[in-house]
Amino acid sequence: MNLEILGISVLWTFLFGYIVVGAIDFGAGFFNAYTVLTGKQRILTKVIQRYLSPVWEVTNVFLVFFFVGIIGFFPKTAFYYGTTLLVPVSIGVVLLAIRGSYYAFETYGARGHKGYTFMYGLAGLLIPASLSIVLTISEGGYIEMVNDNPVLDYWELFTSPLTWSIVVLSISATLYISAVFLTWYANKARDVEATSLLRKYALIWALPTIITAGGIIFELRKHNPEHFENIQTFWPMFLISFIMFIGTVYLLMKKKQYGWAFGLLAGQFAFAFFGYGASHYPYLLYPYLTIYDSFTNPAMAISLIVAFILGLCLLIPSLILLMRLFLFNKEYVRGNEDHHA
Amino acid sequence: MGNEEAVFWSRVLTETTLSFHILYATIGVGVPLMIMIAQWVGIKKNDEHYILLARRWARGFIITVAVGVVTGTAIGLQLSLLWPNFMELAGNVIALPLFMETFAFFFEAIFLGIYLYTWDRFENQKKHLLLLVPVAIGASFSAVFITIVNAFMNAPRGFDIVNGELVNINPLLAMFNPAMPTKVAHVVITAYMTSAFVLAAIAAFRMLKGSNHVYHKKALHLTMKVGLIFAIGSAIIGDFSGKYLAEYQPEKLAAAEWHFETQENAPLYLMGIMKDGEVKYAIKIPFGLSILAHNNPTAEVIGLDQFAEEDTPPLYIHYLFNVMVFIGMWMALLAATYWVGTKRRWKMVTTKWFRWLIVLGGPLSLLAIEAGWWLAEVGRQPWILRNIMRVEDAATTSGQVDLMLVLFASLYLVLGVGSIVVLRRMFRKNPVERELEDRHTEKGGDVH
Ligand code: HDD
Ligand code: HEM
Ligand code: HEM
Repeated sequence: MNLEILGISVLWTFLFGYIVVGAIDFGAGFFNAYTVLTGKQRILTKVIQRYLSPVWEVTNVFLVFFFVGIIGFFPKTAFYYGTTLLVPVSIGVVLLAIRGSYYAFETYGARGHKGYTFMYGLAGLLIPASLSIVLTISEGGYIEMVNDNPVLDYWELFTSPLTWSIVVLSISATLYISAVFLTWYANKARDVEATSLLRKYALIWALPTIITAGGIIFELRKHNPEHFENIQTFWPMFLISFIMFIGTVYLLMKKKQYGWAFGLLAGQFAFAFFGYGASHYPYLLYPYLTIYDSFTNPAMAISLIVAFILGLCLLIPSLILLMRLFLFNKEYVRGNEDHHA
Repeated sequence: MGNEEAVFWSRVLTETTLSFHILYATIGVGVPLMIMIAQWVGIKKNDEHYILLARRWARGFIITVAVGVVTGTAIGLQLSLLWPNFMELAGNVIALPLFMETFAFFFEAIFLGIYLYTWDRFENQKKHLLLLVPVAIGASFSAVFITIVNAFMNAPRGFDIVNGELVNINPLLAMFNPAMPTKVAHVVITAYMTSAFVLAAIAAFRMLKGSNHVYHKKALHLTMKVGLIFAIGSAIIGDFSGKYLAEYQPEKLAAAEWHFETQENAPLYLMGIMKDGEVKYAIKIPFGLSILAHNNPTAEVIGLDQFAEEDTPPLYIHYLFNVMVFIGMWMALLAATYWVGTKRRWKMVTTKWFRWLIVLGGPLSLLAIEAGWWLAEVGRQPWILRNIMRVEDAATTSGQVDLMLVLFASLYLVLGVGSIVVLRRMFRKNPVERELEDRHTEKGGDVH
C-alpha cells in the first residue's frame, strides 16, 4: 500500500464514522420532532436524550477531523473544492451551528420551546442533504475551469437527477441508520413502547434506502460511465452489503437480536461505502483531481501518519471509556442513574 | 463580482468569524483550568462551596463550549473556502499542527462528556477531578496548535520555493518557528487571565445585586488571586512578544508604535493622533521603545523608513496595541489592589464602586483579547504569509462571499444573543442559595 492510499483510507474511515454517528444524531432529532407533532413525544424523548447528551460534541469532531485531514493529506483539494463549495458548505455549516448550539441551549438551559424542536429536527435532515452535495460534485460534470479557476455550474447541478437521488438517499439512510440504532438502544433501556415505535420507523425507511442506493448506481451509468464500470468490478462488496441489508430487515421483522441488526446495518453501509470509495479511486474529483496529483509531500505525509498513530493511541482508549460509561452501562442506559452536572 | 471584491468580503467574513469565535474559544481554554482549581480547593479544604462553584461553572461552560465548537467548525471550513490558495500552500507545510488540533478536540470532547455526566458518581471525588485534567489539557492544546499555525503565518519557514515549487519541506521546523514560543505562551496565558476575570466579574456582580453569601466571597477571592498571577504573567510574556517583533517583524512593531525613523534611544508614544505626518498629543516616554524592544535604553530600533510603503501595515494598530497594554496593566493593578486590600482589610475593596470595577474587568479583558488579535493580524498586512504570499493572491474567486457574510453574521447574532439569554436563565432559575439548601437536605451534612 502506498502513502496516498493509506491517507485516503484513514480519511474515508473517519468520514464513515461521521456518517454513522452523525446519522444517528440527525435522525434522532427528526424522530423527536416528529413525535412532538404526532403527540407521541413522551415515548421517545427520554431515550433520545439519554443517548445524545454525553456524545454530541464528539460527533462533530469526526467531521472536523475529516476536513482538516483532507487538507493535510491532499492540499490541492483546498483549491478545487474550497473555491467551488463556498455556498453549499456554508449552508451546511450554518445548519450544523444552529443545530448544535440549540441542542446545548435546550438540554442544559431552557427546555421546551416547540419551535426549536422542529427547527432542530428539520436541520437534521437538511444537513446530510447539503453535505452530500459534495459527493455528487465529486462525480464530475458540474465543475468547469474558467480562466484557470474552477467554477460550479449550479444549474447543471440542481437539474441533475443524480443530485436529487443522492439527496434522497442521504435523508432516508439517515433515518434508517438512526432508527435501527435507537431500536437497539431503547431495547437495552427496556423501554418496550419506544422500541416498538422505533422498530416501525426502521422498517419504513429500509426500503427507500435500498431503492435509492440502487438507483444511484444506475444513474451513474449515464453520468459517469467510467465510474460505473469501476463499480461493477467491485460487485462482491455490493452483494455482501445487500445480503447484510436483508439480514437487518429480517431481524427487525422477527423482533430479535437488535444488537446484531445494528451490527449488520453497520456492515451493510461499510461495504457499500468502501466499495463506492474504492471504485471512485483514484479520483477525488472527476476528471481534475486524483489522489496522486493532489497528494502532499512525503515529509508531511509521514509526519501526519505518525501523528495519527500517536493520536489513535490516545483516542481509542478514551472512546472505549466513553462507550463503557454511557453506551454499554446498563444503569445509565436505563436511566437509573443521573449524575449530570 | 471582481476578485478585489471577493478579497474584501473574504477579509470581512474571516474577521467576523474569528472575532466571534475567539470570545468563546478564550473562555473555552481558560475555564476548565478554573474549574479544576476550584474543585481541587474544594476537595483539599473539604468545602462544599468550592465544589459547587466548580459545578456551576461547569454548567455554564457547556453553553460556551457549544458556541465555541460550532463557530470553530465554521472557521475551520472557511479557511479553505475563503483562502483556497493559502490553504493549498499551508496544507503542504503547516498541516501537522492543524491535524494534531483535531486530536486535542477529540480528547477534550470525550472527557468533557464523561466529566459532565459523572458528578457524584464516584465515591472518591478525586477520581472525578481527574477526568477534568484531559479536558483542560485538550482545551489548552487546541489553543497551542492553532496558535502555532498563526505563528507560522507570521514567521514562515521550514520550506523553500524554487521555480514556484515547494521543496525541502520540514514540518517540524515549520511548527517551531521563531514566532511560536512567545505567541503560544501569550495566547494561552491571556486566555487563563481573561477567564479568571470574567468569572470574577460574575461573582462581583452577584454581590452587587445584594447576595451576601460567603459563596460569592470565596468565588471572588479565588478568581481575583488567580487572575492576578496570570495578569502579571501576561504582561511579562507580552513584553517578550514585543522583543520578538523587534527582532523578526520590525515593521509590525514600528507601525504599532508609530516609529518612523530607525534610531537609537527610541521613545515610546502612548495614544496621540497623527497630523500631517507628525505625532500629536501623545504621551512620550523617552527611551521607552528601545527598552521595550531590546531591554536597552540606547538600542537602535528599526523604523518604518526601512520598508516599502506597500509592505507596511495600517497605522491604526497603534491604538489596538495601546488598548491591550493599558488593559493588561490596569487589570494587574486592580487585582493587586484587591489582594493587598483584603489582606489589610481596606474598606475600599468592599465598596460598591470597587466591585463595579471588577465587574468591568471581565468585558475589558475580552476587549484586550480582541485588540490583541486585531493588532497581530492587521499588523501582518499586506501579507497572509509574511514575505511569501499576499492576501489578495490567497483569496477565493467565488462571487458569493458577500451573501455568505450576511448569512454568517446573522448566525453569530443568533448565537451571541442565544447564549447570553440561556446562561442568564440557567442561573436565575437555580440560585446558589437554593442549590446549597438542596444539597444540605440531601446530604444532611454541614453545608451552609
Ligand atoms: C487579555 C488579553 C491581553 C493582555 C492583557 C495583553 N495581551 Fe498582548 N496579546 C493578546 C492578549 C493580551 C493576544 C490576544 O493573545 C495576542 C493576539 C495575538 C497573539 O499572539 O496574542 C496579543 C498579542 C501581542 C503582541 C503581538 C504579537 C505578535 O503579533 O506576534 C504583543 C507585542 C503583545 N501582545 C504585547 C503585550 C504587552 C506588552 C502587554 C502588557 C500588558 C499585553 N500584550 C497584554
Ligand atoms: C481567533 C483570533 C483571531 C482573530 C480575532 C483574528 C483576526 C483577524 C483579522 C482582523 C484579520 C483581517 C486582517 C485584515 O485583513 O486587515 C484576519 C485575517 C486572517 N487570519 Fe486571523 N485572527 C485570529 C486568529 C487566527 C488564526 C489562529 C489563524 C490561523 C490559523 C488566522 C488566520 C487568518 C487568515 C488566513 C486571515 C486572512 C488573510 C489576512 O487578511 O491576512 N487567524 N484575522
Ligand atoms: C483560524 C483559526 C481557528 C480555527 C481554524 C479553529 C478551529 C476550531 C474548530 C474546528 C473547533 C471545533 C472543534 C470541535 O468540533 O470540537 C474549535 C473550537 C475551539 N477553538 Fe478554535 N479555531 C481557531 C482559532 C482559535 C483560537 C485562536 C483559539 C484559542 C486561543 C481557539 C481555541 C479553540 C478551543 C479551545 C475550542 C474548543 C471549544 C471550546 O472548548 O470552547 N481557536 N476551533
